[in-house]
Amino acid sequence: MTRNQQHLLSKIATGDGHGEDSPYFDGWKAFEVNPFHHTKNPNGVIQMGLAENQLSFDLIQEWILKHPEASICTSEGVNNFRDIAIFQDYHGLPEFRNAVANFMEKSRRNRVKFDPDRIVMSGGATGAHEMVAFCLADPGDAFLVPTPYYPGFDRDLRWRTGAQLVPVVCESSNNFKVTREALEAAYEGAQDANIRVKGLLITNPSNPLGTILDKETLRMVVSFINEKSIHLVCDEIYAATVFSTQPDFISIAEIIQEEIECNHDLIHIVYSLSKDLGFPGFRVGIVYSYNDAVVNCCRKMSSFGLVSSQTQYLIASMLSDDEFVNKFIAENAISLANRHKVFTEGLAQVDIGCLKSNAGLFVWMDLRHLLKEQTFKAEMELWKVIINKVKLNVSPGSSFHCSAPGWFRVCFANMDDKTMDVALTRIVAFVHQNKETTVPMKKKCWQTNLRLSFSSRRVDDIMMAQCMMSPHSPLPQSPLVRARN
Amino acid sequence: MTRSKSPAHEPESESEARRPTGATGMRLIVPLQGVVQGRGGLILGSLIPCALFYFFQLYLKRHRSPKPDSNPTSPSQSSSNLADLQRSSSRSNLSSRGSFGPVRVSSRASSIAKPNDSPYYIGLDKVSEDPYDRVHNPNGIIQLGLSENRLCFDLIEKWLLENMKDSVIGTEGGDLSISGIAPYQPCDGLMELKVAMAGFMSQVVGRSVSFDPSQMVLTSGATPALEILSFCLADPGNAFLVPTPYYPGFDRDMRWRTGVELIPVHCRSTDNFILSITALDQAFNQTRKRGIKVRGILISNPANPAGNLLPRETLYNLLDFAREKNIHIVCDEIFAGSMYGSEEFVSMAEIIDTEDFDKNRVHIVYGLSKDLSLPGFRVGVIYSFNESVLVAARKLTRFSSISAPTQRLLISMLSDMRFTQAYIEINKKRIREMHDLFVAGLKKLGIKCAKSCAGLYCWVDMSGLICSYSEKGELELWDKLLNIAKINVTPGSACHCIEPGWFRCCFTTLSREDIAIVIERIGKVAETCKISS
Repeated sequence: MTRNQQHLLSKIATGDGHGEDSPYFDGWKAFEVNPFHHTKNPNGVIQMGLAENQLSFDLIQEWILKHPEASICTSEGVNNFRDIAIFQDYHGLPEFRNAVANFMEKSRRNRVKFDPDRIVMSGGATGAHEMVAFCLADPGDAFLVPTPYYPGFDRDLRWRTGAQLVPVVCESSNNFKVTREALEAAYEGAQDANIRVKGLLITNPSNPLGTILDKETLRMVVSFINEKSIHLVCDEIYAATVFSTQPDFISIAEIIQEEIECNHDLIHIVYSLSKDLGFPGFRVGIVYSYNDAVVNCCRKMSSFGLVSSQTQYLIASMLSDDEFVNKFIAENAISLANRHKVFTEGLAQVDIGCLKSNAGLFVWMDLRHLLKEQTFKAEMELWKVIINKVKLNVSPGSSFHCSAPGWFRVCFANMDDKTMDVALTRIVAFVHQNKETTVPMKKKCWQTNLRLSFSSRRVDDIMMAQCMMSPHSPLPQSPLVRARN
Repeated sequence: MTRSKSPAHEPESESEARRPTGATGMRLIVPLQGVVQGRGGLILGSLIPCALFYFFQLYLKRHRSPKPDSNPTSPSQSSSNLADLQRSSSRSNLSSRGSFGPVRVSSRASSIAKPNDSPYYIGLDKVSEDPYDRVHNPNGIIQLGLSENRLCFDLIEKWLLENMKDSVIGTEGGDLSISGIAPYQPCDGLMELKVAMAGFMSQVVGRSVSFDPSQMVLTSGATPALEILSFCLADPGNAFLVPTPYYPGFDRDMRWRTGVELIPVHCRSTDNFILSITALDQAFNQTRKRGIKVRGILISNPANPAGNLLPRETLYNLLDFAREKNIHIVCDEIFAGSMYGSEEFVSMAEIIDTEDFDKNRVHIVYGLSKDLSLPGFRVGVIYSFNESVLVAARKLTRFSSISAPTQRLLISMLSDMRFTQAYIEINKKRIREMHDLFVAGLKKLGIKCAKSCAGLYCWVDMSGLICSYSEKGELELWDKLLNIAKINVTPGSACHCIEPGWFRCCFTTLSREDIAIVIERIGKVAETCKISS
């Protein structure tokens, strides 16, 4: 494109706010060109960088087959077709909101109540985060975010909104807990730099840590935001992936129900069905706010990302079925717990530890002892080895803005048992190999040229051909290894 | 009240205001220093411009405040803002809560927080409180303000029963694969759907035009499609030229979160509301004089609310104009399949195909909300010839992707080209029947409509019934129609029409009997207007 034509586009279109130019591309690219397959490509790269829950598809499939009336395309459901097809009210179907509120309550063991009128739809959690940022922050305003955090926030909260993110540094020495000191330090730092802080964004259960914020921390966070009079956005997208009650998940909704002093207008929850139910393709994002103005604004903004009424109708049926919901939450937790156990025990056998966690679709793996030196450069080198020699796509801690090198997020719920075995075998083999050889790794020429030119059209074509999207990857599309249960 | 720090989103007048006071400031300090020697002069010289500046700001605030609130809040005619009691109750909650105290939301949020007194909102609320039903509420308010099409659902239902029996969630074949639709998909839509959509669009605009699926980006409705294009083609503070009257939803879709301005280019009934290049050129120059950069032209073809088609000549002239000024053209063709007249619809895609134009400037928006009556499914299309725009737009669709089960259903439906061809034909026929009935009824009352041949509505000239030929007169008539005749129509002022007295009346949600009732009710009001005038 000529320079003259380049000037015809906006800064948003020509800038790099989309975050896809980062070096983390390489892992996804490696997977793209060489995806693992049991029979067709047993030496391919296994995808362990995609936080997706494929362990409970069978439960959902079973339900759908038993309930044809939930779809407006079947003879049982077609009577409702025209009313649903024409329904584009940004309030959403009341049944849908009731069902989502019901599911949210159940996944918090009915310890809280959610008001369906406060539920606002959005285009996935991605859309929900952006929408909340548009509502709470003006361009230049900032959100505090504890590190390590989901890299998608850099794009979702900042790209079109013009907002900024100020990291709240959490240390590995205390298991990355969010401390008052860290919050104060970040807040003061922002003030000194003349940046107006509008809110604090926490993810509970945490991505990438998989841990749950305890009551004291949550209470501390609530008192902090009330003191500074800033908003609290609580991403609870992994709420129903909690697979053990040690410790039990506590929603922010519970905290503010207590006697604690809190201005409810500051509290907002972001949710989605992508992780808990394994429905990222459905694009169901939810904003739940205790602030009427925010609900009002978000509702109008939701026009840019409404959930298809066909999907609303299906979800409404599914999530109002209490028997199914209870069964799903319980069995899903068991499947996740088992998979987590298998993986962490496998890692433990080769002295690889993970941060103790009981939620999420991943573990926070500690490979500090395998680093040549405790630097991020060494972490990147180790990561490249893992991708190219061990052939696993894991996510390096630096992509999550982690304060210390050597940590990696590894997803375990997006594959079947066999693939999990293969992955563990490879890790074991790698660790043994590593112990034996002390020869420094020569940089092979094929390792140095991994970064591809983004402007190359062919690169785009290859990416399009594989055709999968995850908000986690810097690369917009990446194929999945399907769980075959 | 503090203002946002970033100047990017501040309205033009404020930055303009700063300049003159700064200049006068200097002119005051120097002579004052001469008059009142030394420090006194300096202090006075600094205080006076500050005071001037402060008072100027106060003046601006007082005179500017009504404007920004009304525009972003006027929603689309045919959008999700359906009549709903809950919405008005949440608004009253807002006003009763009083101020938000020290906790603030963004300026984007607070601009729409205040209750809106646009006639459009009021109309919708009234209908929701008292909706017409032939059996249960025959004296209720009849809705003519939402451009929805309920005429052909029977065709789709029949198709579903014949084709989707075995697949519960719209997936094809016996092998139900939730694992095929549940995981992450490409955010700009499955290639199979793009291919099917390309075929459908081809059928809609006329077989001779073919659409390339790789130039398509699918979005969750035409609403985000427009917003994404606005984000890609313009920076905050830039502008698009839009011929009036235009779809009120543009004000939200193109401007709200993007910070982009819409500059109206007024069209006249004498031209049948077709855009004149002279007017466009004038508007362009005036905008440039104000220091605002024009990034493109936004047109609807077929037009909403006027319902006319842009002739081939005009389309060529538009392309020439765009090339001369080095700007984009965004063409909203969402009503392309809802034609009822005998004129030929010429898509921008056809013009581009046949001539050697600079294709990089042309971007088409489409969707299934009107032509296929599926607004709830949220299916929109950006069709562009500009690779860089496509690359950027694809990334932006992560915020607005089509839900996977809907994609699967539509792949099946749109690939059945026999069905879609029949649907398009029958749909046109039924719209024509309703249109003819409605227009004939109005004619009997002596009320004329603009010459139109597309859309789900008529552009009706009721200027003969208004007491004073002004926006005020138009709104008085609108109020009479709403509260006395009990029909909700859209006044031209909501569409930025420069001539008072025009109303958009949608007729595709009505039955034949309903139309007779509507005409009768209008007739009664028309009588009272004639008597009083």
